[in-house]
Amino acid sequence: MADAKVIPFDDDRSRPGGLPRAARRRPPVGGTASVSALPGQADAPPGPEEPREGPGDGERGAWDRRIAGGLAFLRRRVTGEYDVDEFGYDEELTDQVLMSLLRPVYEKYFRVEVKGVENIPAEGGALIVSNHSGTLPLDGLMLQVAVHDHHPAGRHLRLLAADLVFMLPVVNELARKAGHTLACAEDAERLLRKGEVVGVMPEGFKGIGKPFGERYKLQRFGRGGFVSTALKAGVPIVPCSIVGAEEIYPMIGNSKTLARLLGFPYFPLTPTFPWLGPLGAVPLPTKWTIQFGEPIPTDGYPLEAAEDPMLMFNLTDQVREQIQHTLYKLLVQRRSVFF
Amino acid sequence: MLVTGAARQLGGRFVRRVQRDPDVERVIAVDAVEPGHELGDALFVRADIRRPAIARVLAEHAVDTVVHLDVSGFALGAQARTAVKETNVIGTMQLLGACQKAPAVRRLVVKSSTGVYGSAPRDPAVFHETTPPKSLPGGGFAKDAAEVEGYVRGFARRRPDVAVCVLRFANILGPGADSPLADYLSLPVLPTVLGYDPRLQFVHEDDVMDVLSIAAGEPRRGTLNSGTFNIAGDGVLLLSQCARRLGRPTVPMLLPAVTWVGQALRAVGMTDFSPEQIRLLTHGRVVSTVQMRETLGFVPKYSTGETFADFARSRTPGLLPPDTVGRAVDRVAAAVPRIAGTDGDTHPTPSAR
Repeated sequence: MADAKVIPFDDDRSRPGGLPRAARRRPPVGGTASVSALPGQADAPPGPEEPREGPGDGERGAWDRRIAGGLAFLRRRVTGEYDVDEFGYDEELTDQVLMSLLRPVYEKYFRVEVKGVENIPAEGGALIVSNHSGTLPLDGLMLQVAVHDHHPAGRHLRLLAADLVFMLPVVNELARKAGHTLACAEDAERLLRKGEVVGVMPEGFKGIGKPFGERYKLQRFGRGGFVSTALKAGVPIVPCSIVGAEEIYPMIGNSKTLARLLGFPYFPLTPTFPWLGPLGAVPLPTKWTIQFGEPIPTDGYPLEAAEDPMLMFNLTDQVREQIQHTLYKLLVQRRSVFF
Repeated sequence: MLVTGAARQLGGRFVRRVQRDPDVERVIAVDAVEPGHELGDALFVRADIRRPAIARVLAEHAVDTVVHLDVSGFALGAQARTAVKETNVIGTMQLLGACQKAPAVRRLVVKSSTGVYGSAPRDPAVFHETTPPKSLPGGGFAKDAAEVEGYVRGFARRRPDVAVCVLRFANILGPGADSPLADYLSLPVLPTVLGYDPRLQFVHEDDVMDVLSIAAGEPRRGTLNSGTFNIAGDGVLLLSQCARRLGRPTVPMLLPAVTWVGQALRAVGMTDFSPEQIRLLTHGRVVSTVQMRETLGFVPKYSTGETFADFARSRTPGLLPPDTVGRAVDRVAAAVPRIAGTDGDTHPTPSAR
């Protein structure tokens, strides 16, 4: 019933550009649908005639495009017509929603400066190895925005996350949709063989949960499993140093009892958390720098090299040294923690 | 050829289909209960595979191929869960014992499930045939399947002359599917676990028939049909996507609440909401099908998405059919240019994208 009201109304507007869009986006509508939003729309549009504004024309076109794009996006979302990969990565949601949510934090709050993003190859797999810090893994998310927004080939970073991430409700759902997966050799190798850029932080909880006094001191790099994975897949290792994340939550203490009680690897005590409650969980607005280093090729090694522990240790140390060195260099260049 | 579990929908379909195969001389359908459906020219033998009598059936008909489909996660009719478990485990043991004593048997095909991998947050995202499960299935069908596979491996060692093929099926779905998952997806409102959106994979009933025929016949050139294979359609669907495509609203609930609701629904008999089912609907499960394509030489006709679409068509639309919801968005879209671009005469509204 109400359909009939909408269609002729659109038609008699005789907008040359508006029509194809209306026609394109509306399959022939049959039957009566009782959607609550309907009656309001049917009589609302004729009423408010917007005042004509001269200068806003171009801007308005852009807005129209955005609204139309947003609605097309919404339509795909509500009907479930979108694709996710086998890891649960929802590229559309990541690009349109998750990145848009993180971008203000990235640009305005931490004012991240990115250097050497061209060191990430434009195509094919690559393993980005980065330091890890900041009590909460915000550095991983910022790294993802950095690659997403600054890489000329528009590459997507696929982060490897700790198993704790996939045990927590909500967090695991968002992590999977943002393209993260469990940090295990199987998943990493699968992603690298698919030609994805994979990000890993081999320090793990040792790095992220270290006390403030040990800031910018790289912890042990696990058993170097990431090197053998990169070697097996024959992809370059891109060392990455992140400066600024260490100071967002200066961890002055660690409540081991609470951590054990909650099943977390550590429970941070900062000057503000948990004393100020949720307000204390707001990170300090430090100024960040993310520097991608020269890629370390791994394709020159024989097949059995991935099993050689000495070579693994050497390569791990090489990557670690390079990250540590860059960290010190960036720290010397840094004017202040906050600017 | 001997087919167990013929009274079930899947077994019945396979019996009917395999008769058309020119290489198959005779089909003997076995089940403990009389099938409700047509079995064509197949010879139905009412025998309980939990009893040693099954050995006589094998010897009497000089069976060369055994297709063991009576490994199932849900009861048929008024069977109790313990009876299902007995059929799965004891039945397989008896059947394998009978096969061992039957020299004519050359080929054994066993239906298993990807449930043997379990579902845990610490598992890799994609399971291969060789991935060891991080958390062994604690009970229910997945445990049965894992035990069945164990016995089958033992049998393969004792009878190396028999070609053994274990097919681990992902969730089987299709217009005629009768499985706990199909029942779940037919609920008017889907209870989900708050904060989890599991990845699911489906395999179409028609593809199940095709792959069973491949496994039960002689291997084609360049392929090998003995071993263990994951069988699943391409692609992955999230549970939230499934719900939207079905048009069924979801009710996210905390994990303990889901368990209670599951138990309540189970008590009423609406669905078999077992703990392993809840684990699947929490963490999801995705398997690699490389072996299926490259070694077994089977390419499924339906992807996960197509299988699901076929299933959705066979069910009554939910409370929020995707068409209606999509149309609602379209109406908003139709109203928006009017608001955003009233001066459309002067500058044509650029079409979306």
